[in-house]
Amino acid sequence: MNVKIRDDFKKDDRMMRSVYCDTLMEMAGKDGRVVALDADLMNSMGMMPFLEKFPERTFNCGVQEANMMGVAAGLSATGKIPFAHTFGPFATRRCFDQVFISAAYAKLNVRIVGSDPGITAAYNGGTHMPFEDMGLMRAIPGATVIEPTDGAMLRDLLWQLKDLYGVFYLRLLRKEPVMIYEEGSRFEIGKGIVLQDGWDVTLIASGVLTSEALRAAGLLKGMGISARVVNMFTWKPVDRELIGKCARETGCIVTVENHNIMGGLGSAVAEAMAETTPVPMERIGSRDRFGEVGPVDYLIRAFHMTAEDIAAMAQKAVKRK
Amino acid sequence: MAKESVKDMMRFAARIRLETIRELAGLGFGHVGGAMSVVELLAVLYGGVMRIDPARPDWEERDWLVCSKGHAGPALYAALALKGYFPMEMLSTLNRGGTSLPSHCDRNRTPGVDMTTGSLGQGMSTAIGVALGNRLDNRENWTYLILGDGELDEGQVWEGALFASHFRVDHLIVFVDRNKQQLDGCTKDIMNLGDVAGKFKSFGWHTQEADGHDPGAIRDAVQNAKEAAGRPSVIVLDTVKGKGCTFAEGVLYNHHMSIREEEGREAVRAAEAALAALGGKGSV
Ligand SMILES: Cc1ncc(C[n+]2csc(CCOP(=O)(O)OP(=O)(O)O)c2C)c(N)n1
Repeated sequence: MNVKIRDDFKKDDRMMRSVYCDTLMEMAGKDGRVVALDADLMNSMGMMPFLEKFPERTFNCGVQEANMMGVAAGLSATGKIPFAHTFGPFATRRCFDQVFISAAYAKLNVRIVGSDPGITAAYNGGTHMPFEDMGLMRAIPGATVIEPTDGAMLRDLLWQLKDLYGVFYLRLLRKEPVMIYEEGSRFEIGKGIVLQDGWDVTLIASGVLTSEALRAAGLLKGMGISARVVNMFTWKPVDRELIGKCARETGCIVTVENHNIMGGLGSAVAEAMAETTPVPMERIGSRDRFGEVGPVDYLIRAFHMTAEDIAAMAQKAVKRK
Repeated sequence: MAKESVKDMMRFAARIRLETIRELAGLGFGHVGGAMSVVELLAVLYGGVMRIDPARPDWEERDWLVCSKGHAGPALYAALALKGYFPMEMLSTLNRGGTSLPSHCDRNRTPGVDMTTGSLGQGMSTAIGVALGNRLDNRENWTYLILGDGELDEGQVWEGALFASHFRVDHLIVFVDRNKQQLDGCTKDIMNLGDVAGKFKSFGWHTQEADGHDPGAIRDAVQNAKEAAGRPSVIVLDTVKGKGCTFAEGVLYNHHMSIREEEGREAVRAAEAALAALGGKGSV
């Protein structure tokens, strides 16, 4: 791992989906085994350039998620490297058994990309708002479950995924991320990244809430609490070593996820911590509640995921030490 | 059956279209195309065909509607508001935080919405279940279902087609909104459906085709469907995605659109003019 952390944390002017499409095109240009599948959301995913450049290696399946996953599994059985995209709920819930049996149980080689994580599904509302996609995929034996943080990370991980083998789930924001990492950084799947050091509490965050956690650390500083911030972009296999170390060194943990606190990052961290160094822990995330419609700035408050919520939760964790 | 004249239904359709465009333009974006193509169908259903009581949305003897292409919610909300299920002012809350009118139909949030939809394909099964349940209770009410044509890609639709035929689920009338477009383009280019009516026919369904923008034709087809007892019935409606909305009709990517202010205003004006031409009033 060779990661450079930015010092400005600006919003990118490039969407994650354009990084996805560009990188897939580069990879497909170099490697004839790369194929892209979609379920009538190629436009939404900004994948039309890929279709134009590699029409024979693009399979738009129509609104057929289950069929798509089975086809992807079959393609991989002949040595192709499939990347299959649809919205997060339809990439996981809607076709869970096809992914579980045809891809994972059969030990085939499929990359699944689910877009619009949690509250970023915004105006599409509850049916489209996955707070369980990562939890579902975690439950598949051997699957690797990742939420890339920004464009620099996405590009690096896609190249790595091309040459790995197994079932991978990539949870992807389609829009502009906050840039955390310098372009050219190299990431290690399964290893968390300490973005900022601290000694009173560790905030373990993922995805769009990583920047909220950084902001929370700023708020906590003003309250005299020194917060460490970790970006845990791999939810499975989760970085047990780093979790144990943070538990020992800061004495309490707050997980921060744009997901149901059951089955997701909070659960993964709690499991690892309980088995290594049990310390007080609190979780930020959807509290066993369905998604709903609205703008992201409304939803982040409705689901108590703001920097202020995180800071308050951190105070609670510190008090329990 | 409806005592309303075809002219009345056309006027009702024009009002539904106008209010739907107002909802979407007010928000600045939304699922325009697929809302516009079901307007005449909604006008026929809520303008006389369906036995309903807006004061009692959960009346047991009512006819049910499952709008499986849940993204057409905004058009359904306009029809429901115009029928008095809830105040017209509520239409301007579409998609706002805490709203009762989410982008996709939700039976727990909106008075008059009978089933929660938005994950395509699932309405086929829930509608069959509703029709079966009412049959078990010896009710004579009807269940109506609206499917998108892109939605027919989902295998679940065809599982339902087989099931409904096997269990002779009558009192179920399915409409396919055959606007020949899905999200990524034309159905023939994305996933060619071939002969939709023929496919249902081979599953044992009573099958008809009709002009989906002609209220009289839709009403007649429903009447025929009701006379075909003992099996499920499908009416494939020939429609135009984006119909009657100036900035959407005839556009390839008109599924989900952002709407510029002038575009929205122009579309509202055109929809008002269409209503006025039928002798209706623009504001409620
Ligand atoms: C299971 C599922 N997959 C994908 C989507 C995303 N989606 C919403 S509408 C749509 C296209 C539907 O096309 P069609 O049924 O023809 O609808 P219409 O053209 O009438 O709007 C897609 C892919 C969804 N809502 N549900």
